[in-house]
Amino acid sequence: MLKDIAFGQYYPVSSFLHRADPRMKLLSLVAFIVAIFLASNFYGIGLCILGFALALAASRVPVRKVFRSVKGILFLLVFTAIIQLFFYKGETVLFSWWKIVVTKEALFYTLFLILRLVLLVTVASLLTFTTTPVSLTDGLESLLYPLKLIRFPVHELALIMSIALRFIPTLIEETERIMNAQKARGAEFERGSLFSRAKAVIPVLIPLLISAFRRAEELGDAMDARCYAGSKVRTKYKKISFGWRDLVIFLVMAGLIAGVVLVKQLPGMVF
Amino acid sequence: MKAVNFENVAFSYREEDEFSLKNVSFSVEEGEFVAVLGHNGSGKSTLARLTNGLLHLTGGKITVFGTDVSDEKNLFEIRKKVGIVFQNPDNQTVASIVEDDIAFGPENIGVAREEIARRVDWALDAVGMTEYKQRMVSSLSGGQKQRVAIAGVLALKPQIMILDESTAMLDPKGRREIMDVVKKLNREEGMTILLITHFMEEALAADRAIVMNRGEIVMRGTPEEIFERHEELETYNLALPRIGVLCEMLKKGGMPVRYVLTPEELAKEIAACASK
Repeated sequence: MLKDIAFGQYYPVSSFLHRADPRMKLLSLVAFIVAIFLASNFYGIGLCILGFALALAASRVPVRKVFRSVKGILFLLVFTAIIQLFFYKGETVLFSWWKIVVTKEALFYTLFLILRLVLLVTVASLLTFTTTPVSLTDGLESLLYPLKLIRFPVHELALIMSIALRFIPTLIEETERIMNAQKARGAEFERGSLFSRAKAVIPVLIPLLISAFRRAEELGDAMDARCYAGSKVRTKYKKISFGWRDLVIFLVMAGLIAGVVLVKQLPGMVF
Repeated sequence: MKAVNFENVAFSYREEDEFSLKNVSFSVEEGEFVAVLGHNGSGKSTLARLTNGLLHLTGGKITVFGTDVSDEKNLFEIRKKVGIVFQNPDNQTVASIVEDDIAFGPENIGVAREEIARRVDWALDAVGMTEYKQRMVSSLSGGQKQRVAIAGVLALKPQIMILDESTAMLDPKGRREIMDVVKKLNREEGMTILLITHFMEEALAADRAIVMNRGEIVMRGTPEEIFERHEELETYNLALPRIGVLCEMLKKGGMPVRYVLTPEELAKEIAACASK
């Protein structure tokens, strides 16, 4: 169950996207999110899907793996879909029974919304699939560099982020171990009311929290022992540099945004 | 030259507590392989953390290649020289990818980029993990994770490596992998090794062994000499390795074999006794 949490998992292959500059990838993700929200009709969303398909092909990450990240928001998707389907005000009635009315507009809007949400999650997951946590944080550190002028601890923030990403699999494994230990002693996580299920999680969270503190302390010692002394004398193993790949990504992203803005003019349904 | 020197070292975690270490004196020569044996709570892990200044000693003096550890100004230099591999492989990896984690140490001390790349490759080769360079650390086995941890320490090019119960959480296969790497480092790279363990058989690889009990050094000698005093060892809650148990049984049964460490040596001993 917890293994489905695919976010933050790097997929180690060599591809166009893997080798691109993490800064460009971070900025592209922001641009992509902007494009998804700019899109106001199916042409726009269609362009976004096209862009995503291009990125997916350039990433060499299996499609199944990318779509597994949708599982995490499945509940949200279904919930939103139901609400929109029944409550969106439309004119062309497709189906009505008692007080429930489904209109053509509501149907299309729901579809539009689902596409939007799925795109958001899959595009974001593509970033973590193709970028190692270290280069992701290196990229972030480089982008946030101007903040250093106002004494914002950019390096520390980046390191915290990379350690957090590094410990996701470890803590997931640990949660599973604790849950199994509790199950072996008769704890129920999958049955009962929502309230009793939430209550059953507390005996899992407490040992998890304690162990996380213990891990943090040991990690601190290990970092000290490996001469960690902040960012002053520190050098970088991986160099991040802007290359031809990043220029290609930039042009594609610029094209996508321009395209999405242009197709807004086309006739048809507008949301 | 003395790589590590302890002089009447005393330590307690809190003032009101009983001493975790009392009057500990010993030294490790450069290139030597010394095992520190002891039961849980004997103070042997405290030893490791004192050596590179992770803990501050209460009394006495510790020097590393002649440099005093108690002076805060020396700590950075000392930590470059003394690498520690800890017990839990999961809690000493900083980065998600093997090569990034190994690079963490050299990055910290400001090694140039090309040199870091060389050190990463060298360290991976030394622990036999070259093919895992780009892998996620979380996808490795316990023994492999611990070998990555050793590589991470090696990349700092330390002169002394301390293994603080580094095999305690591993299965027998993982333990063998680590011991093979450690022996190789000692023999081929001439690295000074301080192996802290409660597995008696691991001490067999060492030149000398120290036995600790309740914060004090209670036995010193070659591993052979220490194993010969097996009855005394048992009072410190340390059990002999299987081959040692066999030697003891043979002795009790009336075959006067010497204490030996490998099955081959024992076979020779038995043959010698039988031909008398």
